[in-house]
Amino acid sequence: MTSLGKMVPYLFKMMMKKTDTVLYPSVEAKVPDKFRGSLKFCPEKCVGCKLCERVCPADAIVIEKIADKQYKAIVRMDKCIFCGQCVDTCNKDALENTAFFELASGDKASLEVEI
Amino acid sequence: MSKMIVPLGPQHPALEEPESFTLMLEGERVAAATVALGYNHRGMEKAAESRTYVQNIYLLERICGICSHSHSTCYVQTVEALAGAEVPKRAQYIRALIGELERIHSHLLWLGIAGHEIGFMTLFMYAWKDREIVMDILEMLTGNRINYGMNMLGGVRRDITPEQGQKVLEALDALEERTEYYKNVILQEQTVAIRTLGVGRLSREDGLRLGATGPVLRAAGVVKDIRKDDPTEVYNELDFKVATDEHADVYGRTVVRVTELMESYHMIRQILRQIPDGPLSVKVPNRIPAGEAAARYEAPRGEDFHYTRSNGTDKPERVKVRAPTLANLAAITHMIDGGFLADVPIVIAAIDPCFSCTDRMVRVKDASSGRDDVWNWDKLRQYSIEWHKKRGQDLGYRI
Repeated sequence: MTSLGKMVPYLFKMMMKKTDTVLYPSVEAKVPDKFRGSLKFCPEKCVGCKLCERVCPADAIVIEKIADKQYKAIVRMDKCIFCGQCVDTCNKDALENTAFFELASGDKASLEVEI
Repeated sequence: MSKMIVPLGPQHPALEEPESFTLMLEGERVAAATVALGYNHRGMEKAAESRTYVQNIYLLERICGICSHSHSTCYVQTVEALAGAEVPKRAQYIRALIGELERIHSHLLWLGIAGHEIGFMTLFMYAWKDREIVMDILEMLTGNRINYGMNMLGGVRRDITPEQGQKVLEALDALEERTEYYKNVILQEQTVAIRTLGVGRLSREDGLRLGATGPVLRAAGVVKDIRKDDPTEVYNELDFKVATDEHADVYGRTVVRVTELMESYHMIRQILRQIPDGPLSVKVPNRIPAGEAAARYEAPRGEDFHYTRSNGTDKPERVKVRAPTLANLAAITHMIDGGFLADVPIVIAAIDPCFSCTDRMVRVKDASSGRDDVWNWDKLRQYSIEWHKKRGQDLGYRI
């Protein structure tokens, strides 16, 4: 037999509980351990093989040579889809994902960063 | 009674995504309905041809935001078949685990949407609150809430630790209790019964004739599930029942989805109990041997189909995707026919539509001559300018 208001008792119960949402950004948001956030580059490990450039599905990363055996990585944060394929592909562990995710910016040019 | 034509979409508050429905009304009843596709065409199949097999995992994962793992699993299965790679058992179990967690997230999301469409906002709010439990679990296991990026060619990218397995089990206990509660709400709440019983009927015969798939077909009493009929991965090692219902309406589809949730919890417990130790992946070469392969996968919305043809290079020659919503679209017009206008949003929502997944290819057919050929960009542009001119909208383009 059906009747109305089946969820009403539950609603009263939930009124006594505290809210499930958090007041982000005034309350810090937690991310899990293996979260795929913004990239970090270790120049001393990079050998300039450019495998990360080749596997990137979004053409977001470019490795540039600055001197002999010295490289820098330029990432287009607006293109990056944070899949972490570059991190997985790198044989020298020169790239890693960090837990940083607050990347929003009003200026598009500022999203092209050297990491 | 005079007839009136009402357009629903492409932009309409009742639709989550753009799609055009044209409804011919006789009073409050829909006398005829047509659906026009193609408002969300993203050219993904063409884009896949210019990307490598590895890059395509991430591209095809983004066909759908909700059943992303289904699409990427289906695609990697075709590539693995071409390369002759034997995926390790542990990787297969992890794929099935993420696949079932995705089904839970998708069905809970749908339950909320269904509540929203029938004006039962309380159900919407609380179903989505509980969906956060499974979203957190997915984020913990894969690193992302959606678009998990768990698949790689030849296996999976991340392992599952025993501690993570324990957390999944704890979350399942909470979810199971909540799902049991929602099942009672659906079966006993009058709001749900009034708005869904007998609405959008699709009989067993019509469902099979129109090629419906997934929960839409199972709600008509047809036992059809790719996980049982053509088991990939480890589904043949798991003990589960195919959820069916005899109502063959929106109510039946709701019951089927909630029952599937319970089956998914049961399956995940088995997966975590049976998962063997071993490697996570095998090596798959960059260049895939020439050939063609197809794969099917039971996505939360129904049967997902991928086809890949390789020419021996590191990029596929052709990738074809048939998302489950396309199979269900033909049934939509049939389900809307004869129903009330006010029921149209919930009937459309009841197939769990994903219109952006559906739009794969646009074929232009000349209505006057019946010619059906491929148009290039210039011809399409020319046609568009003339089309606008005929309607007195000269946009001032020079040809």
